[in-house]
Amino acid sequence: MSKFVILVFPGSNCDRDIAYVTRDILGQPTRLIWHQETDLGDVDVVIVPGGFSYGDYLRCGAIARFSPIMQAVLDHAAQGKWVLGVCNGFQILTEVGLLPGALTRNRDLHFICDRTPLKIENPQSPWTSTYAEAVITLPIAHGEGRYHADPDTLKSLEDHGQILFRYCDPDGVVDQNHNPNGSLGNIAGITNRQGNVLGMMPHPERAADAIVGSVDGLNLFQGLLS
Amino acid sequence: MADFQARIYVTLRPSVLDPAGVAVCSGLHQLGYEGVESVRIGKYIEVQLTAADQQDAQTQLDQMCDRLLANPVIENYCFEITELATA
Repeated sequence: MSKFVILVFPGSNCDRDIAYVTRDILGQPTRLIWHQETDLGDVDVVIVPGGFSYGDYLRCGAIARFSPIMQAVLDHAAQGKWVLGVCNGFQILTEVGLLPGALTRNRDLHFICDRTPLKIENPQSPWTSTYAEAVITLPIAHGEGRYHADPDTLKSLEDHGQILFRYCDPDGVVDQNHNPNGSLGNIAGITNRQGNVLGMMPHPERAADAIVGSVDGLNLFQGLLS
Repeated sequence: MADFQARIYVTLRPSVLDPAGVAVCSGLHQLGYEGVESVRIGKYIEVQLTAADQQDAQTQLDQMCDRLLANPVIENYCFEITELATA
């Protein structure tokens, strides 16, 4: 059993999708916590969901990072416990400093709603160790998902195996023709140095039930149960 | 205490691609402004605040920019402060 907490900000819209995965599909205790709370309670995994927190005013995630609950999330992460940020959640985790870099406007300006192949770059990570395949396909839905970091940060991410997912072609070839938003190094998801905090633009919770056409996202959550 | 107005300019760092700026640049070219070499789009923010003096206002504004108004990973900022005449 793993105890899940999903944060809810004004404008979150993937919170209940994630709860459906962790509670209804995986049968794990799951609570949704309003951002004005200050205590996470007894929890193993904190998930920061996608959406448009605070209307994404100023910058995506910029205001959400000051929500009262975020101090508890920082403390949770500092103890080495799991934190997952999806889409807007990834943006919030970079803004609050749990993950390096920033998410900026997509190269071609469009909001992208699509499915994209992802190369599992680091299969040793607990987040990805339950995947047998090297390439999975997940939905993406974002206007500002172009990962940016300075060259030193990028090198550090690569040296320490922190890049978990890269956009690629269906055979796993990573090139600029298969980089939907123009992310640096085709980066779709990264962890912190310790590996307990993951941020990713693709939505694993939207590919976790066969009725929606794919279960490629389910292993990511199952990896946290083992 | 005195009232101040700050005009804050937040701009993308030169190393960060600005796709909106590129799109606007190509729009200007289509309008015939072929001399336009580049366009970079930033944010302009006006803040009115009360502070002990100009130095205090500057200190507070620096903190506001570092903590919220700009993201130092991708953005630079600068601002001008004007003391408002008291009524």
